[in-house]
Amino acid sequence: MTKLWRRFSRRPMPMAGLVLVVAFVLLALIGPLVTGDPAAQDYLATLAPPSGAHPMGTDDLGRDAFARIAHGAQVSLQAGVLSTLLAMVVGIPIGLVAGFYRRWLDPVVMRLVDVTLAFPFLVFAVGLAAIIGPSLKGVVLALGFSQLPAVIRITRGEVLAVREMDYVDAAIADGAGDGHLIFRYVLPNCLNPLIVQATVAIPGAIIGEATLSFLGLGVQPPTPSWGVMLTTAQQYLSDAPWLAIWPGVMIALATLGFNLLGDGLRDVLDPRSAR
Amino acid sequence: MSLLEITNLTVGFDTEDGLVQAVRDISLTLDEGEILALCGESGCGKSVTAMSVPRLLPPDTTRLSGSVKLDGRELTTLPERDMRQVRGKDVSVVFQEPMTSLNPSFTVGYQITEVLRRHERLSRQAAAGRAVELLELVGIPAPRRRMKEYPHQLSGGMRQRVMIAIAVACSPRVLIADEPTTALDVTIQAGVLDVFRDLRDRLGTAIILITHDLGVVADIADRAVVMYAGRAVEQAPVTELFANPRHPYTLGLMNALPSAAVNGRLAEIPGMVPSPLTDPDECAFQDRCPRVQDDCRAARPSLERHADGHLAACFHPGGKR
Amino acid sequence: MLWFILRRCGSAVIVLFLASVLIFLGIRVLPGDPATVMAGEEASPAVVEAIRHEFGLDKPLPAQYLDYVGQTLTGNFGRSTQDQLPVIDIIAERLPVTLELSLLAMLVAIVVGVGAGIAAAVRRGRLADYVATGFGLAGLSVPHFWLGLLGILLFAVTWRILPASGYVPFTQDPAQNLQRMILPALVLGTGFAAILMRQTRSAMLGALSADYVRTARSKGLSEAKVVGAHALRNSLTTVVTVLGLQLGALISGAVVTEQIFVIPGFGKLTVDAVLTRNYPVIQAVVLITVIGYVLVNLLVDIAYAFLNPRIRLSGGTRD
Repeated sequence: MTKLWRRFSRRPMPMAGLVLVVAFVLLALIGPLVTGDPAAQDYLATLAPPSGAHPMGTDDLGRDAFARIAHGAQVSLQAGVLSTLLAMVVGIPIGLVAGFYRRWLDPVVMRLVDVTLAFPFLVFAVGLAAIIGPSLKGVVLALGFSQLPAVIRITRGEVLAVREMDYVDAAIADGAGDGHLIFRYVLPNCLNPLIVQATVAIPGAIIGEATLSFLGLGVQPPTPSWGVMLTTAQQYLSDAPWLAIWPGVMIALATLGFNLLGDGLRDVLDPRSAR
Repeated sequence: MSLLEITNLTVGFDTEDGLVQAVRDISLTLDEGEILALCGESGCGKSVTAMSVPRLLPPDTTRLSGSVKLDGRELTTLPERDMRQVRGKDVSVVFQEPMTSLNPSFTVGYQITEVLRRHERLSRQAAAGRAVELLELVGIPAPRRRMKEYPHQLSGGMRQRVMIAIAVACSPRVLIADEPTTALDVTIQAGVLDVFRDLRDRLGTAIILITHDLGVVADIADRAVVMYAGRAVEQAPVTELFANPRHPYTLGLMNALPSAAVNGRLAEIPGMVPSPLTDPDECAFQDRCPRVQDDCRAARPSLERHADGHLAACFHPGGKR
Repeated sequence: MLWFILRRCGSAVIVLFLASVLIFLGIRVLPGDPATVMAGEEASPAVVEAIRHEFGLDKPLPAQYLDYVGQTLTGNFGRSTQDQLPVIDIIAERLPVTLELSLLAMLVAIVVGVGAGIAAAVRRGRLADYVATGFGLAGLSVPHFWLGLLGILLFAVTWRILPASGYVPFTQDPAQNLQRMILPALVLGTGFAAILMRQTRSAMLGALSADYVRTARSKGLSEAKVVGAHALRNSLTTVVTVLGLQLGALISGAVVTEQIFVIPGFGKLTVDAVLTRNYPVIQAVVLITVIGYVLVNLLVDIAYAFLNPRIRLSGGTRD
């Protein structure tokens, strides 16, 4: 473990990514406790430019942009983490089953994966929003669903690879059952590529949530989300251009952080994945 | 004047750990129609020496000094554009790995005609015709069909022959063959060596054969240069070399041949090659030499003449075998 | 090669079938009476009944599916609940707009992305490489709709050299059309370009260090030929594969881009339809998107097979 850390900490870019990610998580967890109320409206100070009282200005209803950014971080973090968790919780078992019971279930599962891939993420999210109405829940579901194919493929791949290993034959000869094989051999091997997959999926989820909310298909006002803030920003682009800057910068930084972190983790944990 | 004259060639590479000297002050000559073998173990600098001729070493990190003259023309200072004229036409290379040295996306025919059309103003048809002749020359059956095939459709031996065909397409003066038989089955090796012999006889091509296989050296080479740790330690016509190896390393190599095995045990040379980062003024082979004495640690032996054309760098060379 | 194409086509058909079933069921999963849902909330009972009959909603489910397939194949997607216009007409009007936007964006992405990737690989470790890699990372991280907003802020509001929004059909006024398309196409193409750049760079680096490149150099070929023919040719398969994989992103991106720049395209149609619960339109839009997506992936697979002689000749098995 420490060896991995040493290899990782030598590279500047992934370390920068780690810093950004930690900052983002801190903002999401602690920020809302520290800043003001994101819903407090002040009709006397609508569309105010950045100042001491409002470091990032206020929006059309006089709400403090800084507070909304901090709360928005929480929403983004939720979207990123929950969707990835969902994909793992659903996808790992499916991948395991597909890999273990190759003859019956594998073709079926792979066909389903193909169908899933046939729906570009946004289209699926749109469809889902149409059915259950726009909400954060819907966003998480749609994001999780779009990550499923990757998780399933990775898990299934590990199962197949492990099955070929000689030590598995030895274990089976000793009477190891499927469960033992899964927990002892397959899952530990999956850990690394799945971690890498998570660091790739989370930034995608953050942007996805922002996009959907921007379109009005995700988080609904008054809940602050970086995407929703940008919708407002667009409306008042000529009057209050500063509103457009911070939400985008925050999204970019959070995403950049995960991307850099992911690149570094991939080099250290899973060098064989081709990118 | 020889066809190829390498004089005091020194080649080093800039690496993270410092300057790695791969070749140290090597001099050798090659005449027309001669097959010269460069032998030694991995890392002794034989490939680097040979690749200095067409200058196929990484441009950014290579530090080269000395002289390489082809037909009296200095190659080390040629501008890159002129060097490109030399490559493929005057000097060409057959590489070690036939599997990966051919581009998988182009047909065999394309890869041969490519070099023909680069150096000789041939029309596509003329080039194709010549390519078929070349395939015949290197002994590939059904050459016309092969032209349209892709590398992955050919066996290892055939791929190597295609590489040879590409290398001799423009009738080069010097052909460099880098371990041409190492990646092949023993049965195919003989065929490839026959091709080389044939080329030398028919076209008068001079060949530099890089190999660590003394069996190949005995089979086909006229002269041999034994290299160790970037230096030439012994040079001789092949028959003389095998009859009277002077340098302990050469002797060690010959004893390590399976044919020299005693009681079914292969003799090995104990120890390891010294680090290429340092270059102390002493004999590089001392740690592994059965004849080592004090003066071997005090200075570096230089090449001395022992007989006609036979040079060896040792303070205590062996006598007749 | 033929077998390969046939097998991929077969795969595609199966996927389309499954997708259509999903879409078909999607509508019927909604709470309430499908006929009312499809007729829209303001429709009178008579209209609802007419819809019920027209769409055979009183028939058993499998029969309905067959009707659905039949109708789809004849282009009957029902009527929009907004204005009762035939959905097929609406789509025919909007689709070319999005296609134009997507094509322009792809063009930008390929020229910039692949170009930058090659430059970065050839000049590895030098300035061009760092610049390109930085651009690649930025392009991946920046949400491109934000980029759109910034673009508008910069080019339309501050400098006033490009219009902020709107669309003029190509047939009406090519110059105006292109002028309005520049910013959206650039914005949409950037993210895609970043991904292409990274993939191209890594594929080219691999190719440039391959043995066959050394062989090409030993033939005395010009550097342009070595890079452009030998190395690039072997990187194309990666590029093409990435193109296919990223198409989903492109489509999603088009939706957002159209929203920002107020372009009356397919994407905007989708968003509007969802927000107004215009189910016939939603259903049709999703189906068409999926069909398009599957088709393009099929084309990408065929292109890949064409580029890779091993598959082309053996009619290959891919996984």
